[in-house]
This record gives sequence, C-alpha cells and structure tokens, in this order.
Amino acid sequence: MLGTDIQKPPKGKWHTPPFDPRFPNQNQTRNCYQNFLDYHRCLKRMNRRGKSTQPCEYYFRVYHSLCPISWVQRWNQQIKEGTFAGKI
Amino acid sequence: MAYPLQLGFQDATSPVMEELLHFHDHTLMIIFLISSLVLYIIMLMLTSKLVHTNMMNVQEMEMIWTILPAIILILIALPSLHTLYMMDEINNPLLTIKTMGHQWFWSYEYTDYEDLAFDSYMITTDSLKFGELRLLEVDNRMVLPTDLPVRVLVSSEDVLHSWAVPSLGLKTDAIPGRLNQVTLTSMRPGLFYGQCSEICGANHSFMPIVLELVPLKYFENWSASLAQ
Repeated sequence: MLGTDIQKPPKGKWHTPPFDPRFPNQNQTRNCYQNFLDYHRCLKRMNRRGKSTQPCEYYFRVYHSLCPISWVQRWNQQIKEGTFAGKI
Repeated sequence: MAYPLQLGFQDATSPVMEELLHFHDHTLMIIFLISSLVLYIIMLMLTSKLVHTNMMNVQEMEMIWTILPAIILILIALPSLHTLYMMDEINNPLLTIKTMGHQWFWSYEYTDYEDLAFDSYMITTDSLKFGELRLLEVDNRMVLPTDLPVRVLVSSEDVLHSWAVPSLGLKTDAIPGRLNQVTLTSMRPGLFYGQCSEICGANHSFMPIVLELVPLKYFENWSASLAQ
C-alpha cells in the first residue's frame, strides 16, 4: 500500500515546515506537491528495500502542513484508482 | 478596524503595515510638493504679461527639469522596493495556517499538529448580538498567536477570492489550484476585520474575515480545546 491510509500525523516533536530555498517565492504550490511526491517515493523505495519508513515522516509532515486537505484527499483518491499523474 | 467617515488607513498592527503607512506618507508629501509647485507656476503663467514664445536652447533649464524629476522618482522607488522585498520575506515561521476561499465563506485549516479545520460563515444581521458589527462578524474566527511569524497559505476551492486584512497590511489572492504564501506578524492582540477583495459572485460582500489575535498561551488553550 502506498500509505494513503495513514491520515494522522506521527507523534513527536515537530516544527512547522522551515523555509525551503527551492521555493523562495509566494507561490508554494510546488512545495506542497513536491513533498507529497517525495513522501510516496520515499515510502516506495523504503518498502522495496525492506527498510524502515520512519525517515519518510519528514515529507509527510511537510506536505501535511502545506497542502490543503481537499488536495490531499483528491490525490489519495487518484492514487487508489491508479489515475495519479505524478511519477511515484 | 474601520470607522464611519474614515479618511486614510486603519492603524497598523504589523511591522509591514507600519512600513506601508510610512511609504504612503512619504510619497504623499512628495506629491503635495509637486502639486503646489505646478499650481504656483500655472498661476504665475496665467497672471503674468511676460510670455517667452521664442525661447530656444536653454540647456540649463532642460538639465534641471530632467534631473530633478529623475531624483524625485528615485526617492520614491527606493523605499518602495525596500518595502516590497520586506513583505516578500519569510523567515522561519512558527505556524502554518491554510485558508481556503469558498462560494461564499472562508475555511481555515490548522494541520501542523492536529487535523483542525473549520468553516467561517458571516453572522446574518438578524442574529447579531448587541454591539456586534453588521456584515463583519463570523461564527468561527481564525485564532492566531501574537508576536510570532505565521505562514498563511491562501487558496480557493472554486473561483477567485482575495483574503485581506487591512490593519495587518495583508491582501492575497485566493486562486484555485495555487497556494499563495503570506507572512503574518501582529504586534498586539485583538480582533481584526477584513473582507473578500475579489469579486467572487452573488455573496461576495458577505464573506468577511475575522482574525482573533491572542497571546500564545491562550492560542494553545484554544487549539487544544478544539482538537479534542
């Protein structure tokens, strides 16, 4: 499974996403999307190598903070249906 | 907030708004000086009997009326750019809030720690309590801590909206499919009112924004009470 079922943020200390030099502008759309992609890519690689997916939590927290809830729901739905446009 | 027959801006609550007010006053002073000079010269030309119709090659005068406006424009441009880049800066925010525009209400999402999301509808005139403001009060205010940089991400679920709070110097377009970032820092607690600033349909006038800025301790209590 690609982790679409996990909806609650993991426990532990967490600050809001810090400044990201890749996205210095007012437009933060890609910042949200890239972190969503990175989370799912990370999960896929870690699962394939049989490693812990704990390092992927960072991406989860970033996209969870940045992306509107409706976007995440839509993307998760698309992943489930196999119609997600991003390369995971 | 605004009051009846108000002239000029609302009081500044954020450092950015203070900068904007300073810039406004600075530019207005220059405009007043230029206008009075022009008016004075017009009066002089209309009342004088001396007319110079054959004046040619007055290089000194040409120099002055080219260089002087250039200097004036630079004096306006430099503080303007300074303020512009200061508004764009985001230095490590302590909280990320999302605000989504809908036809016709705003919804706020606090998803840093818990999944906290709520809609903010205007209170209709007939259900206002005594002392509340017509067309400005909402049922669920957006609560934020004071004195901390907060990242606000603005987007829309349907059509264009614009999320604006004048006393904080904020106005950000809410565009479907795009996330716009803006930094919000307030210098004092209180209630701050704003309205949708992009024509978004029939009830565009009836989707106000209310910020409730409280000290961090009270904000924590509020978010903890909502998360349960």
